[in-house]
Amino acid sequence: MLEHLELFFKSIFIDNMVFAVFLGMCSYLAVSKKVATAVGLGAAVIFVLAVTVPLNWLLDQYLLRDGALAWLGPEYADYNLGFLSFILFIATIATMVQLVEIVVEKFSPSLYNSLGIFLPLIAVNCAILGGSLFMQAREIPSLGLALNYGISSGIGWFLAILAIAAIREKIRYSNVPAPLRGLGITFIITGLMGIGFQSFGGMLTGDNDPPEGTETTTAEKTEEKEIIEKEIEDDKKAVSYNDVIKE
Amino acid sequence: MALLSKKDTNLILDPLADNNPITIQVLGICSALAITAELKASLVMAISVIFVMGVGNVVISLLRNVIPSKIRIIAQLIVVATLVIVVDQVLKAFAYELSKTLSVFVGLIITNCIIMGRFEAFALGNGVWRSFLDGIGNALGYGVILVIIGFFRELLGSGTLFGIPVLGDPIAKTGLYSIGYENNGFMIIPPAALIVVGIIIWVQRSRNPALVEEN
Repeated sequence: MLEHLELFFKSIFIDNMVFAVFLGMCSYLAVSKKVATAVGLGAAVIFVLAVTVPLNWLLDQYLLRDGALAWLGPEYADYNLGFLSFILFIATIATMVQLVEIVVEKFSPSLYNSLGIFLPLIAVNCAILGGSLFMQAREIPSLGLALNYGISSGIGWFLAILAIAAIREKIRYSNVPAPLRGLGITFIITGLMGIGFQSFGGMLTGDNDPPEGTETTTAEKTEEKEIIEKEIEDDKKAVSYNDVIKE
Repeated sequence: MALLSKKDTNLILDPLADNNPITIQVLGICSALAITAELKASLVMAISVIFVMGVGNVVISLLRNVIPSKIRIIAQLIVVATLVIVVDQVLKAFAYELSKTLSVFVGLIITNCIIMGRFEAFALGNGVWRSFLDGIGNALGYGVILVIIGFFRELLGSGTLFGIPVLGDPIAKTGLYSIGYENNGFMIIPPAALIVVGIIIWVQRSRNPALVEEN
């Protein structure tokens, strides 16, 4: 439970999609002129991330990573299809976005109309693919955590676009130097917000991620066993968690 | 310029300044910011994008009469993803350390909106040669901004260029450091990239008032 909470706050504030890794900047800048549209797009991003990250986690776990094909039989255990991950991830995302579009159009035409072209454009929003790629790079251990990661990084993106849209609505009444108007000042405000968000780094209680490139020692191997045991528990939890979300 | 007509030359030169993909069209910003703390990474990223854009635009232009418009986004994504896999594998084979630095951002070339933007706006409606030039031009415009940001961030942040110290040695206090200069750690953190882009936009628009936007 604690690790879920930690990942949740970490993805929203410390590893914020916009301010820490600059993902989804294009739509962040293009769609943030009005709060109403920003909210619509933000909600769509949360939803698509919550669907695609766990799906891609399953793909990564059972198809792509080193030795992932072991469930097919021992002779397949040596395959590493990792190089295919870009194409499979983007295919999943494009399919899911298309599916979401069809479902929304069918069940809530008014929402569909208000989102308009933003919905299909989510397929090429780097925040979505970035979510899956970071999920893979950070080796998120369980499906439950992957779902958590998708939702919370979506919330982080939502917060960011909401904040900048509100600021941009107000800044219309200020006297910004002419060459900085529009794009320039938005960049600088985002930078300042990013500096503000860096102070959330102090929130980290304890970072369990091993630094990149370190080799596993025996101590870590025993930890790994514990993680695997936790993973099994988490998977059980994740199933019930999933049901709650669907309801 | 016997090879290129005046119109074709503009295809390359326009995106370098007055129609720059980053500062004017607002495309492809994510990667422009995240990997620019070092000049070397910026340069490799720029070269990768030039390759993907050039080849991708040619492929899409060749296929433009075959791709049904309803599924064109997926078709485009597949073309880009294939090219990016090539780049990623080449980097892993020949520059492993660098590919670690760039981490997921090579993969994110797939969703770099410059690429999709130029496919949609240009390659789907133009011939192969012109599409190729347009792709190279826009990728160069992107690369120029990337290299400028990388140059300033690495120079002011670490006092090095391509990893070679140019301002003297900060520990032995030689060169500029002997008169009390300090490296500005602020330039290394991610938000500094945003502010540097803001300043680039500021300079560009002061020089050319026609580009000024409304608030």
